[in-house]
Amino acid sequence: MKKYELFDHTADLGLEIYGRTKRELFANAALALFDVMIQDVDLPTKRGGKERVKTRTVQGADAGDLLVNFLRELLYWFNGMGRVLNRVSILSCGSKKLVVQCVVEPYHSERHLIKTEIKAVTYHGLSVEKTKNGWKARVIFDV
Amino acid sequence: MSEIKLEKLDDNRWLLPRTGAMRVPGIIYANEKISGLLTRDESAKQVANVAHLPGIVDFSLAMPDIHWGYGFPIGGVAAFDMDDGVVSPGGVGYDINCGCRLLATELTLHDIKDNVKDLTTALYRRIPTGVGSTGYVRLSGKDQKKVLEEGAGWAIKAGFGSGQDLETTEDGGCIGGADPEQVSARALERGKQQLGTLGSGNHFLEIEVVEEIFDEKAAQAFGLRKGQVVVMIHTGSRGLGYQICDDYLALMVKHQHETGITLPDRQLACTYLSSARGQNYLAAMACGANYAWANRQILMHLTREVFEKSLRVAPRELGMRLVYDVCHNIAKIESFPLAGVEKKLCVHRKGATRAYPAGHDAVPARYRSVGQPVLIPGDMGAGSYVLVGQEKAMQETFGSACHGAGRVMSRTQAIKSSRGRSISRELAEQGVLVMAGSKGTLSEEMPEAYKNLNDVVGVVHDAGIAKKAARLKSIACIKG
Repeated sequence: MKKYELFDHTADLGLEIYGRTKRELFANAALALFDVMIQDVDLPTKRGGKERVKTRTVQGADAGDLLVNFLRELLYWFNGMGRVLNRVSILSCGSKKLVVQCVVEPYHSERHLIKTEIKAVTYHGLSVEKTKNGWKARVIFDV
Repeated sequence: MSEIKLEKLDDNRWLLPRTGAMRVPGIIYANEKISGLLTRDESAKQVANVAHLPGIVDFSLAMPDIHWGYGFPIGGVAAFDMDDGVVSPGGVGYDINCGCRLLATELTLHDIKDNVKDLTTALYRRIPTGVGSTGYVRLSGKDQKKVLEEGAGWAIKAGFGSGQDLETTEDGGCIGGADPEQVSARALERGKQQLGTLGSGNHFLEIEVVEEIFDEKAAQAFGLRKGQVVVMIHTGSRGLGYQICDDYLALMVKHQHETGITLPDRQLACTYLSSARGQNYLAAMACGANYAWANRQILMHLTREVFEKSLRVAPRELGMRLVYDVCHNIAKIESFPLAGVEKKLCVHRKGATRAYPAGHDAVPARYRSVGQPVLIPGDMGAGSYVLVGQEKAMQETFGSACHGAGRVMSRTQAIKSSRGRSISRELAEQGVLVMAGSKGTLSEEMPEAYKNLNDVVGVVHDAGIAKKAARLKSIACIKG
């Protein structure tokens, strides 16, 4: 199953994200965020950075708000703290709250090639829905 | 996609009639060619969405560089009543006080033509570009507070330029009412390391040459003449501004239900200007705006140093000075005549430039007889325009004009269509040397991804809100 694909948006970057379960949807959204920002993000072992485990609780008014708050927290880890996501596991995911455990490593310009700068995660055109085959979400990043 | 019907008002304006819960109609500045593009995406619908916001005055406006953004369209202008109107962080955008700064020199193309490559390389080495680049200036907490409060004035005091530069910066390079207490620890942290950086995406520094003069009087006042070397800098408030916008957007989304305002798009989250939260946002936004002005002031100083060193010219020979600095992502409290009475309004310009006419107090004294310079950069290689603000802008657009060419192709389309091509070689063949940190940036920012700058500027000129003064041709460009 595809984790995500890009859809066209004139000024920004639109992502459609998939998951068999809601937990997988959120995990794939996290991986997608870092995949569009950084080259070779799926080869963490080759980078040899010092990994750390982080656990966070994120809240939102509904599933869409929860997704935006979750992604904006991860985006801050990168933009504000210089951390790159290597692996992610959603420990629990309710309608307004989730608990995530992430393995991150420090950003290093020689190991991480930046493809796109993501300024922010927007609410525009946001959706999270259950489909026949699982879950699907749409989110637009400001680039 | 869009079901919205536009009615042609004249050759340069289209009416978006009031329907449903819209409080006012919309007006889009566009010619036939541009109006055809409006129905391809949701940009016209976004003009209608903005018209739903409480306290909006007269019209929800869009300039001819309009394109699909998030919440407000890019190219959107909307003014709100101070008593029952709102302020919306999404109506300013993430890059608070993203803007342009034009520097003039005493050099001509002849003086630099053999050194363009060395000069561009030196600029590229000296000016931090790209994501994650850290700045030339490291700020202590105390200094950062002063940057947020004083803007470009802080940079001048720290030795980056002269006091004269402030005279030709919009608002003197500082919006009053900035309160660093309203800025989050996260935003402050991001701001500490990025002062004096260009950033990535559509931000750039370009060496240009004055190619054509349309308005002798205005060009003379601005100190521009044919063949002259100039520099255009396009950047904003970096991570600090993005974080301020994001923090307040999150806060307003969370408390939107308390305002009783129903929104057609959550990204339009807003609050009443008269509320504490609204005032706090304006105080934080002013910090972001001031940071951006300090940033462009420092980049100008670095540019001047590089020119002097690389070309081995004395400061007087180089004669680098600031023509003007404008912001194009901002919400400002400005006065406009409404039914014959001057009224204070909160004008949101999201991808729109102020365009004040001759005689206005806010126009620098030395330009007051002609009007405010309006800086319009084009896409990579297309060069730029300098326009001059007109009285009609005060009557029709809350003193605003367009801010650039405006995207027409999505980034993914651009990358697809540039596959197998060398954008930098194509530009080199047109006489534009480009240095960029990432090939992705070049593809996303390729010229075909934008509307034709001549069309966009032509609409603004023909509509009479700003008139062409000069056209600038690109010679070299550095990007993130």
